[in-house]
Amino acid sequence: MQNTPSFVRTDMLPAQDPPLTEKGAVKWMRENLFSGVLNTTLTIIGAIIIWWLFSAAWPWLRASVWTADNLTECRSIIQQTWGEGATGACWAVIRERWTQFLYGFYPNQLYWRPNLAFVLLFVALAPVLFTQIPRKALWFSAAYPALAYWLLWGGSLWFPVVALFGFVAGWVAFRVLSPVNAILAAAAAAVVPVLFWLLLWGPLTDTLAAILPLSLDMVRSDRFGGFLLSVIIGVTAISMSLPLGIVLALGRQSDLFLVKSLSVVFIEFIRGVPLITLLFTASLLLNYFLPPGTNFDIILRVVIMVTLFASAYIAEVIRGGLAALPKGQYEAADALGLNYWQAQRLIVLPQALKISIPGIVSSFIGLFKDTTLVVFVGLLDPLKGITDAVRASTDWKGIYWEPYIFVGTLFFIFCFGMSRYSMYLEQKLKTDHR
Amino acid sequence: METIDRKVDTSHMKVSDEVAIEITAMNKWYGTFHVLRDINMVVNRGERIVICGPSGSGKSTLIRCINRLEEHQAGRIVVDGTELSNDLKNIDKVRSEVGMVFQHFNLFPHLTILDNLTLAPIWVRKTPKKEAEEVAMHYLRKVKIPEQALKYPGQLSGGQQQRVAIARSLCMKPRIMLFDEPTSALDPEMIKEVLDTMIELAEEGMTMLCVTHEMGFAQAVANRVIFMDQGQIVEQNEPVEFFRNPKSERTKLFLSQILGH
Amino acid sequence: MASIADVPKESFRLSMLIYDTRYRSLTIQVVVFFLVMAGAAWLVDNTYRNLQLLGKDFNFSFLWNRAGYDIPQVLIEYTNDSTHGRAMFIGLLNTLLVAFLGCAAATVLGIVIGVLRLSKNWLVGRLMTVYVEIFRNVPLLLWILLIYTVFIEATPGPNAYRPGADGTPGMEMQLLGTIAVTNRYTAVPDLLFWRSLGDIDLLLFKVSLDLLAIIAALVASFYANRMLLAQATRVQEATGDRPVTWWKSILIWTVPVIAVLSALGFHVEYPRLQGFNFVGGINVSNSLMALWLALTLYTAAFIAEIVRAGIMAISRGQTEAAFALGLRPGRTMNLVILPQALRVIIPPLISQYLNLTKNSSLAIAVGYLDLRGTLGGITLNQTGRELECVLLMMLIYLALSLAISGVMNIYNASVKLKER
Repeated sequence: MQNTPSFVRTDMLPAQDPPLTEKGAVKWMRENLFSGVLNTTLTIIGAIIIWWLFSAAWPWLRASVWTADNLTECRSIIQQTWGEGATGACWAVIRERWTQFLYGFYPNQLYWRPNLAFVLLFVALAPVLFTQIPRKALWFSAAYPALAYWLLWGGSLWFPVVALFGFVAGWVAFRVLSPVNAILAAAAAAVVPVLFWLLLWGPLTDTLAAILPLSLDMVRSDRFGGFLLSVIIGVTAISMSLPLGIVLALGRQSDLFLVKSLSVVFIEFIRGVPLITLLFTASLLLNYFLPPGTNFDIILRVVIMVTLFASAYIAEVIRGGLAALPKGQYEAADALGLNYWQAQRLIVLPQALKISIPGIVSSFIGLFKDTTLVVFVGLLDPLKGITDAVRASTDWKGIYWEPYIFVGTLFFIFCFGMSRYSMYLEQKLKTDHR
Repeated sequence: METIDRKVDTSHMKVSDEVAIEITAMNKWYGTFHVLRDINMVVNRGERIVICGPSGSGKSTLIRCINRLEEHQAGRIVVDGTELSNDLKNIDKVRSEVGMVFQHFNLFPHLTILDNLTLAPIWVRKTPKKEAEEVAMHYLRKVKIPEQALKYPGQLSGGQQQRVAIARSLCMKPRIMLFDEPTSALDPEMIKEVLDTMIELAEEGMTMLCVTHEMGFAQAVANRVIFMDQGQIVEQNEPVEFFRNPKSERTKLFLSQILGH
Repeated sequence: MASIADVPKESFRLSMLIYDTRYRSLTIQVVVFFLVMAGAAWLVDNTYRNLQLLGKDFNFSFLWNRAGYDIPQVLIEYTNDSTHGRAMFIGLLNTLLVAFLGCAAATVLGIVIGVLRLSKNWLVGRLMTVYVEIFRNVPLLLWILLIYTVFIEATPGPNAYRPGADGTPGMEMQLLGTIAVTNRYTAVPDLLFWRSLGDIDLLLFKVSLDLLAIIAALVASFYANRMLLAQATRVQEATGDRPVTWWKSILIWTVPVIAVLSALGFHVEYPRLQGFNFVGGINVSNSLMALWLALTLYTAAFIAEIVRAGIMAISRGQTEAAFALGLRPGRTMNLVILPQALRVIIPPLISQYLNLTKNSSLAIAVGYLDLRGTLGGITLNQTGRELECVLLMMLIYLALSLAISGVMNIYNASVKLKER
């Protein structure tokens, strides 16, 4: 019928279900697990591996103990319940020491301060991450660093606030001078805050503190530890390395030979050495490089080094994004009469950053994981610093799986969450070419 | 229709009685989606068939089933006396006798044009290299780009790439050629050069199955036009009759959309 | 005609330095140059003054002094009478050793996992995804510490392998009795030669002639095999039929090496318990084992992703075109997919090698004496020359990295796809 030279179908055929072997669990199993000798072998090997992992982990997890004062007690409970020779997880160590894993040796009665700072962090992040929130909320984000510093370290409120005043002073100087001369204004915006900090920071803080004494108990840096420390270093370095990375990437793409060479040398140097050597520089060499007698906080030094380290990697990621932009975009921006910075800010960077999101986020994940390396300059990171402290105590000597699993799980949740968020963002921002 | 501006020489276009492709009661599902429904079709040697239809009507899937790039779940497909089944030998046999041209050319970007053309003759047909290169140059001359032989695909225009892709299929000396929307990814001025190559092929008597929306090509070259919709053959006829006097409402609607402007 | 000469020559104004495109970039660069120079001068001046205050100087002569400390795991001879410079060199070799072992194992494991993740098998695919996500999202330091701790805490002492006094049998050695994992080291078989050729002294260190002979045999096999393949290609080009080469390849790769090994009297000496320790084999320190395993498992997760992405980057159309031409799946892989995928895979793969090499500096966590442990650790603490040690260490790592990325750039330039 259909083979005749001319053919017209009068009734359309309805869709039918596939034959029985082509649907349902049977077909699924046949296609995905047993479609050939090789595939079946793989399935069997996979099943054996899963069984092996399960049979190793399950008896241990099943015999978990949540309340005990020390490892010996823990083990005797397990032996009593599950018989002689049984082994089990002793989560009691986490139950007893979890505050140390989270806060290090931060004073117990002051835990509310890091907690509050952590909650406020999300309030400050919200307007940055979600555009639906009113733009006025960004003022809070701008003030957050000073507030967080005050909450975490304590001392006079005026110390960080006056530091913020420095930026305000720079901004005022810029606005006053920009109608006169753009170059002069830019120079003033850089010089005025520095002068302000050098000359007025101390006296002004003291004066204001005398008028309105608002202060919290000071907490020394060596009491910080655990995930509190990781998050402080991670968040600060992440938020500072992104702008620095952008500047470096633009510098590397610049037409100015000197600017370009400096950026290349900086980026390649940082990427060529392990982070540990940079942390060493922070702890050992900074004393040589700064004026005699200068000594500042080790956490700050580490944050600076981690920031520099991450910014070099981020610069390379963004450079990839810049290179992926079609040349026409640059030309269109020039044709519209935009100057260099306008073109970068309005046309080039938004697109380049969008392309680079996956790379940037994986740099952030790397950075967060690398915060554990601060243990090698004497800080108490959650992984080695705190775990070693716990394992060194007489109560918990000899325990190792439980703390590592606990810390590893927390890191996994942070990092996996970040990578999923970047995938979500990538999907959401996919607006072009479709 | 303005893309065909030459007189087509029909002297060698002869349809013989020999069956080239026979498809009987063929059905295909993607998961539970019934994409091809009860397809029955006989193609004789020397036929030039154009398949058209709205997007998603299953026309590409149909010709991809003919060289087993897609698997069918019910019915029979016999190509040159070889039935397509899970037997690898049969699949190899059919694939080496059926040439295929894709919408996006799919040239191998890491090989020169010449290497693209000689790859399959050397590794599948076991032709000596020198001979394969002579054949390749012959077909490159035929598609009028012998001077590009040592360039890489990325250095050619879209039209040139598609002509290379046609030459690449011809190097295997196929008895049947399948075209899967060969001009859809091309700019208008390049469509013409590709269609000219295809017309020349038709003039030499090649059996051709062509999924395309180039109705000028269909009128000038095809001996049969098949209209597909919802995974089934809705109407088929000789081109003159098909365009002048479509019977089915769906065909009329489709033709008015594609030709009506 | 005088009008041309009449055009007044624009006089130079100071503002042109900023607003004239001809001078602007120069001005900016001069300013940057002075700022950078000022910054550098400030740093150097500070350093100079600090050194003076501490009564130190800046020189590297300490590298020729006696080191005075022991290094448990060495590749070439070293005693505590050797110099700091030699200790540094030992450390560098240890870094290279663990980097090489790690790269090799991580590549193999990474490729296997990456390919399995692409397989149609749902179960295995999921299993591999879980592996990749778990290892990528947890710090490397945790894997190093965990594996090391398991070695130390959960493995028996060498004593456990000894039969008890009452005749109870001791623990079985692992892997068919060839290796013994203990809480201090892993005893693995040693490879020895009855008729060893001895060592050749290269001033700085000695190299085993046996090893050189084996390498020479492998190099010879490599070239012979290449000739065989070239010959096969010539035959194929002439006649169309490619001669079967796989068994010849196997012979070419195996026969010379076996010949050299048997000429040298190659034999394996298995570790055995003597007194309180294993002797006869090589006792690999647990720090090296843990570092190597952790670097391998961690980096393999990244390599797996690179391999997967590389193969997925080749569009389906390429496979289909090859199939439509009648190429079999195996040939399609060799001739069409792999040559393209390798271009995508190799650059990030090499940067993973780079990362692994840099990450090996975490050896400090388990006390494996690599470059960071010798030069940047014990030598630094003993001599108190922080500035020199850290700078030298950075320079060495930098040189390593630049060498690796130099190789990568050459490769990239040679395989870049030609486009217009």
